Amino acid sequence: MTEGAQAAPPILSVSGLGKSFGAVHALSEVSFDLRAGEAVGIVGPNGAGKSTFLAALTGAFAPSTGTIWLDGADVTGTPAEIMCRRGVVRTHQIPRPFGGLTVFENARLAASFGGPENGDADALAYGALKLCRMLPLANTQADRLGLLDRKRLEMARALATSPRVILLDEVGGGLTDAEAEVLVEIIREIRASGCAIVWIEHIVHVLLQVSERLICMDMGRIIADGDPQAVMRDPAVMEAYLGQGVT
Amino acid sequence: MSLSSSLSNLSTETSPMAQATTAPYRVRRWTPRAKITVLLFAVAVAALALAPAVTGAAFMDRAVALFVYILLAVTWNALAGYAGQVSVGQQGFFGLGAYVTIRLSDAGLPVFPSLVVAALVVGAIALPVSFVMLRLREGEFAIGMWVLATLFHLLVNLDPLIQGETGVSLIALNAVPAETRNLVIYLMALVSAVAVISAMFLLLRSRIGAALQAIRDDEAAAHSVGVNVVRTKQVIFVFAAFGAALAGALWLAGNVSFQPKAYFSVQWMAYTIFMVIVGGIGTFEGAILGAVVFFLLETFLGGYGVWYLLVLGASAIVMALGFPQGIWGYLSSRHGLSLVMVGRHLEAPETEKSGKGSGWSADG
Ligand SMILES: Nc1ncnc2c1ncn2[C@@H]1O[C@H](COP(=O)(O)OP(=O)(O)OP(=O)(O)O)[C@@H](O)[C@H]1O
Ligand SMILES: [Mg+2]
Repeated sequence: MTEGAQAAPPILSVSGLGKSFGAVHALSEVSFDLRAGEAVGIVGPNGAGKSTFLAALTGAFAPSTGTIWLDGADVTGTPAEIMCRRGVVRTHQIPRPFGGLTVFENARLAASFGGPENGDADALAYGALKLCRMLPLANTQADRLGLLDRKRLEMARALATSPRVILLDEVGGGLTDAEAEVLVEIIREIRASGCAIVWIEHIVHVLLQVSERLICMDMGRIIADGDPQAVMRDPAVMEAYLGQGVT
Repeated sequence: MSLSSSLSNLSTETSPMAQATTAPYRVRRWTPRAKITVLLFAVAVAALALAPAVTGAAFMDRAVALFVYILLAVTWNALAGYAGQVSVGQQGFFGLGAYVTIRLSDAGLPVFPSLVVAALVVGAIALPVSFVMLRLREGEFAIGMWVLATLFHLLVNLDPLIQGETGVSLIALNAVPAETRNLVIYLMALVSAVAVISAMFLLLRSRIGAALQAIRDDEAAAHSVGVNVVRTKQVIFVFAAFGAALAGALWLAGNVSFQPKAYFSVQWMAYTIFMVIVGGIGTFEGAILGAVVFFLLETFLGGYGVWYLLVLGASAIVMALGFPQGIWGYLSSRHGLSLVMVGRHLEAPETEKSGKGSGWSADG
């Protein structure tokens, strides 16, 4: 999709990716390259296939068609647990905490299973909670958390695996302006550490504070990809959002 | 700089309260209450071990039943409550445990070691079986296990040694004087129950246990953060098969005669499910508590025949409707009661802020 003008080869790459759920084509003919350390925003109307795209990238299910490469190696059909250990992890749009465990135990579990081979799981979990400003909740059982804290936990848990690519699915929905500012700060810190980010969010102005590249999806396809301002002015994008209103 | 090193660094260098090299946090794995519980447990076990000195054969006989129930409840809870694999076919391993004991003893192995070896053999059989069974999902798995148990039953009936439903006795036991026999079986059952409880405790505190709790809470999420769900379930499947087989072997030792129908009966499953649901499925303490509750009901009401069954059924319904988390689940969620700590408590200056809200809106 993007022209491979930049020097670094893509860390994660897909071509011709498709996924059908019965008669629903949630994803069709998606091709995409992600370079190490890059930050990409994804927008698109409801049901566009954004979450399905992230899920397919992490191996949550095998795609119906297409190929996924990680570091140039074909990883199509590799299960999520192995993709995670290789450094690709996502958050869930509807948070899926381990409700019977505390916030710290959630993060630690992710660090010890999805993190580096001989990593210090306690240190990784502590670092992820600190980065996500969740230390005050460290010993709270996860099923006692409200929705916003559950979303933060999704992010902290994914970060605890020390990923090279983190895929964020609407972690910022429902935040106040002040909270959104903190989120942007956190995501900048993640970026500064060299981790590549793909971030789905409906609040475009927040998204644009961290991503230099924007993708718009509609009906299972990528309809625009590139400079955020250009993407937002793209007629196809305006068409897709007709009646939806872009913030 | 990788995220891994920067996260680790966050926990040491860049933290304002870090004192040079020491980490600014500590992870606690024990509470005073948990230590006391373990101590009391050890005292209770010691008392039970010495009990034969002051009690008679009747006590030991009943106690063996309790220990067998504990084996069934704890291991089925691991499988259904934690690994999410609701088997209704553990009676297959229970019966197999008894059958293999008969076979080993018949082949000349001393009778008491046969009991344990039989359980190990069944555990070994369960490993290849797990590859097939764990491919099945939810309802399919439950039914598949029931079919498997029926299959084991039919296969055992083909063995001429068993004489069909007439059955056989563990005759080697008759060579042992009654008093020694009772004592050895009692002690073996006690040690087995304690071993399985301890194994479960250690398992839950281990890496596998953390994975198991994650699978219990959300299997898909466990997958997405790197947990090998299938292998974790396999470990538990084999553990549960071993526990059921050990229970079957000990039941045989206590009752001497082996009639396939009685051992491969689905009634064992009904009892086990009752114990775990009533005690609190998916909780460590609940399964043990449920076994004790069932044992007490049986001991004091078992003589009333139909009435006993009515009480069992009624209490199952009341629990299912009123306390779906079971007795222990209710107590622990209502009163934050937890006797044994299997988790990890983070101690750090920032965690002391009373747990009200995260640091999102306040500082940055
Ligand atoms: N597991 C599933 N089974 C059946 N259909 C599904 C499944 N997951 C997604 N879909 C369908 O695929 C399409 C794309 O869904 P997806 O969740 O990827 O959209 P999205 O862009 O993330 O939308 P939103 O902005 O609402 O989160 C939708 O039509 C949805 O109903
Ligand atoms: Mg979505």
